[in-house]
Amino acid sequence: MNIAATGVKFGQSVKRQEDGRFLRGKGKYVDDMILPGQLYAAFVRSPMAHARITGLDLDGPAGMPGVRRILTGQELVDAGLPALPCGWAITSRDGEPMKVGVRNALAVDRVRYVGEPIALVVAETQAQARDAAEAVMVDYEDLPASVDVLDATADSATLIHDEIAGNCAFDWELGDEAAADVAFADAAHRIALTLRNNRLVPNAIEPRAINAQWDAGSEELTVYMTHQNPIGMRMFYAAAFGLASEHKLRMVSPDVGGGFGSKAHNYPEEVAVTFASKLVEGPVKWTADRSEAFLTDAHGRDHLTDVELALDSEGRFLGLRADTQANVGAYLSSSGSLVPTYMYATMLSGQYAIPAIHARVRAIYSNTCPVDAYRGAGRPEASYVIERIVDVAARELGIDPAEIRRRNFIREFPYQTPVVYEYDSGDYEKTLDAALELADYPGFAARKAESEARGKLRGIGVAAYVEACGIGPSGKLAKLGGGAGMWESAEVRVHPVGTVEVLTGAHSHGQGHATTFAQVVSDRFGVPMENISVIQGDTARIQAGTGTYGSRASVGMSATLRACNQIIEKGKKIATHLMEVDYDAVEFDDGIFSSKDSNVTIAFAEMAFAAHAASGFPTDEIEPGLVATSFFDPPEFTYPAGVYVCEVEIDPDTGTVEVASFCAADDFGNVANPMIVEGQVHGGVTQGIGQALWENALYDPDTGQLMSASFMDYGMPRAGGVPDYQLVFSGTPSPSNPLGMKGCGEAGAIGSPPAIINAVCNALGVRHVDMPATPEKIWRLCQQKEAN
Amino acid sequence: MYEFTYHRPGSLEEARKLISEDDGQPLSGGQTLMPVLRARLAMPTALVDLTRLEELKGVNLEGDRVVILGATTHADVASNALVREHCPALAELASGIGDPQVRYRGTIGGSVANNDPAACYPTACLALDAEIRTDRRSIPAREFFTSMFDTALEHGEIVTAVSFPTCQHAHYEKFPNPASRFALIAVFAAKLGGQTRLAVTGGGTGVFRWQEGEQAADSGGSLAAAALSEAYFTGDLHASTEYRMHLTRVIAQRALTALG
Amino acid sequence: MTEITLDVNGKTATLDLPDNTLLIHALRDHLRLTGAHMGCDTSQCGACTVHVDGEAVKSCAMLAVQADGCSVTTIEGLAKDGEPLHPMQQAFHDNHGLQCGFCTPGMVLAGIDIARRFGKLDPATVRDQLEGNLCRCTGYQNIVASIIEGASKMEGQS
Repeated sequence: MNIAATGVKFGQSVKRQEDGRFLRGKGKYVDDMILPGQLYAAFVRSPMAHARITGLDLDGPAGMPGVRRILTGQELVDAGLPALPCGWAITSRDGEPMKVGVRNALAVDRVRYVGEPIALVVAETQAQARDAAEAVMVDYEDLPASVDVLDATADSATLIHDEIAGNCAFDWELGDEAAADVAFADAAHRIALTLRNNRLVPNAIEPRAINAQWDAGSEELTVYMTHQNPIGMRMFYAAAFGLASEHKLRMVSPDVGGGFGSKAHNYPEEVAVTFASKLVEGPVKWTADRSEAFLTDAHGRDHLTDVELALDSEGRFLGLRADTQANVGAYLSSSGSLVPTYMYATMLSGQYAIPAIHARVRAIYSNTCPVDAYRGAGRPEASYVIERIVDVAARELGIDPAEIRRRNFIREFPYQTPVVYEYDSGDYEKTLDAALELADYPGFAARKAESEARGKLRGIGVAAYVEACGIGPSGKLAKLGGGAGMWESAEVRVHPVGTVEVLTGAHSHGQGHATTFAQVVSDRFGVPMENISVIQGDTARIQAGTGTYGSRASVGMSATLRACNQIIEKGKKIATHLMEVDYDAVEFDDGIFSSKDSNVTIAFAEMAFAAHAASGFPTDEIEPGLVATSFFDPPEFTYPAGVYVCEVEIDPDTGTVEVASFCAADDFGNVANPMIVEGQVHGGVTQGIGQALWENALYDPDTGQLMSASFMDYGMPRAGGVPDYQLVFSGTPSPSNPLGMKGCGEAGAIGSPPAIINAVCNALGVRHVDMPATPEKIWRLCQQKEAN
Repeated sequence: MYEFTYHRPGSLEEARKLISEDDGQPLSGGQTLMPVLRARLAMPTALVDLTRLEELKGVNLEGDRVVILGATTHADVASNALVREHCPALAELASGIGDPQVRYRGTIGGSVANNDPAACYPTACLALDAEIRTDRRSIPAREFFTSMFDTALEHGEIVTAVSFPTCQHAHYEKFPNPASRFALIAVFAAKLGGQTRLAVTGGGTGVFRWQEGEQAADSGGSLAAAALSEAYFTGDLHASTEYRMHLTRVIAQRALTALG
Repeated sequence: MTEITLDVNGKTATLDLPDNTLLIHALRDHLRLTGAHMGCDTSQCGACTVHVDGEAVKSCAMLAVQADGCSVTTIEGLAKDGEPLHPMQQAFHDNHGLQCGFCTPGMVLAGIDIARRFGKLDPATVRDQLEGNLCRCTGYQNIVASIIEGASKMEGQS
């Protein structure tokens, strides 16, 4: 018997294996689940931005129909439930550890942002829970609120955490300040700019949801939660919160309707619901509505930065200084300290050889929703800072924006930047040329003239980005303050009939892992895709993993490849006995074990059977079965990079900005599945365009209310607002993992905001405009220009 | 949503009784009311569904009037042959309200009765001197839209139809709010009896006729110079008063240009 | 409470529901058809889109009692288990028109509605007609391609 191999190749645009259930409406999201005896939770939330809680009346609501339990912050504290941790320790310039404001799952005596949970009602129906939550009377003593970093750091600002002076969590720096000062002292040109990176609401279309069930008999806790890192959450819920012993805690994250970082964090609501589930008999479910999502899903970005670039007379970069105030919200969220520091300042070199860089970052508390990772997480902020200042420099030195970038590109790899990272590989000039060609850069003048003939202003924008992805490496992360390893595990199980299960700790919530991880296996084993299952998201099946965020699927896929290689090694050992040849003479190719020394060939499925039959080889030497596990901890980060060129057309009468074209040239290293990777870029670019043109989480400076708190007021990108994108990939393989991959999930959201704003500024002939470039802002700039 | 009782009357007469005697609230397409109820911003004791009343659905040509019955959906208005023939700008307006799903449910009666300050239909009513017919009388549009979210309707009064003059010279120009897609500013321009009409929505205080603009158009003057009262406008997170006023001039001009 | 009878995906369903039950809750919680999703509170996202008497509507902006006597098609009704996908579903698969899958049922049903109204489609029409559906993953490009191809396949079938 010789079964022909029908595997697919890594790098092929294989259609997605997981599509069927989603297309048939058979996806399984947390809110789809109703457990026997299901109970429902609703939260009492603060309508105030900053206030002391002076009274909480639960007597009436406690007796309302269907109410099983009302839980308060004080009860949680009395029960010993710890505060929510921030997972990354940052040390200030003066050596002081960062100042962490205590964040309880339910506020105890003070509320610090609109929407902060105060109490939790569990009832038999969702309506009953909401009725009772609405009936809870809370007395507040209003305190002055600060929503902006400038307000929060003013001398007159009220302290948000009484013990934290200046509302400053840390004042941190990176790079060599003295070297940067020298660079500036000698510079022919110094360009300075102040810019804001607008606050965003992640808005995965599936809201957060949890269903927690405690079995008092077995003392087992099962938590269904829409999350990007269920295995990590099991560890947190066990080790940090003591909600159950880790071996008796099953965390399940089934189908997840988009994450973008917002479902990678530890949230107070989920902790409170899980705690409550242990107090009532029956599973407790909570699904956020969109209003709750706007108010409480960790927001993204919100930086205010002064940046300066020093250049020589030829337009070569000599030094960069950035002084950033990051609004972290009312509390430090899970990665709230990491995102504006090591995810941000480490990327300030961009694609350029800049001899001296210094960054200062102050993390400022405010009476707003906590800020954490959102698609890109620190890297979009860095990319925006550098790509804007470079563009302004090009404008002021009279150098073409593409040329000034080309002149300063890093050309030798690996390249050690002055800000921690050592870039592994790349060919920045190649992606620049690819992007310029795709965009027909030389043809811009003609298109601009054509637009002008129609009364429109046309602009072109170039942005080059680089990012660090593929985290781990765990050891390097620990040196930077990381508290947990960030490897990934894979277990590859080959069944006796030759079908394969891959159990991964990575978690796909749209990225297509069921296809791309299976492609690694199919390519390696020659097994058809339909015979491979990729299993994720359930700690009862997968024991170890660290989740999906930060464009790190390459880590899990590399673990998968290594486990596959172990399987093949074992197959070769078995083959030595079945084929009666030396180990070194056994080859495995296209799904067949063979040897030049033997006429016998063994197909992969036959080997699977033989491994389980365990009769043709000595089982004291080689154990039966065909299962392998790998934990892959990458030796270094990966550094995807690319160049985006876009054109905008502005209606000067109304200020409307239309994205006329968008071309992306990305170096993602080796690409597992171009179809899926293109989809990732489409989505990322669209979110970046959303940030640049429409999206803005805007708090009222007087009341602290979130004003853009629904899809009626928060400008989400729609199909009609974005163009068809043109993409090209030009891969230089990463040496940081065996597949040569770099990561693609966040690139689009990192490179596109500066590309758009550069194009807008180019169209208007202005130095800068803050995001979002709303019609009114643009109209005012047009008016000013006309007046001048 | 709070609890309420749902009624589906079999006739307009029955609907009237349910509304006046049981303190029922009329429910038309529900595309505004349902989100309001879901947010617990209203507590009606009873809803009286008008959408199944065949006597309130359809479009009739009555002499030189196009009469759109109250429970006719935006989608039906947009595709209606009589509307397209006799008042095409109205069909165009209806085809741009909300989104396709909203247009299948939302009705003209519900829209005018709600009088959202950013709604589309009120502009056409005002610009074209529509008559809003109710179960008890007929109200000229200029008297109907009293202030934002308020109309001349008395408690329990039901919009049964909106009667428009036939008009070939009209155009609706909308500048959508980037988030909600409602009108940030929209203008319905028409030539009626040789006179220009300009009705504006989105200003913030409710639909209004820009009479100075109309006069400027008719006298060959420029809209840019025509007086425009600031009192019609408010500012919010989406646009300042100043920008809304500017947009009004620009969008009105575009509407007039399209009118030819 | 009111007893209502609906034809859901070709099967008669009789439900006794509180009057304030939204159609989406009747489908998801009572009939356990969980393909329609709730993504917002303001009827903007379109994840809840179903067909009522052949028209795409947002099931979060309609009471279940309002659908009494109507024919409702949800995503589960487009292709029976084990049978081939509807041409629009197939086109979404072929064009990678979905990522996390959450908005997908609404997109597919909106797409079928657009196809029925316009027949042959161009990108500008599809983008304009998708005003009522939000997707945070795909950037819409592949959804637009899917709907165009799905519409053309639907024309071929009819």
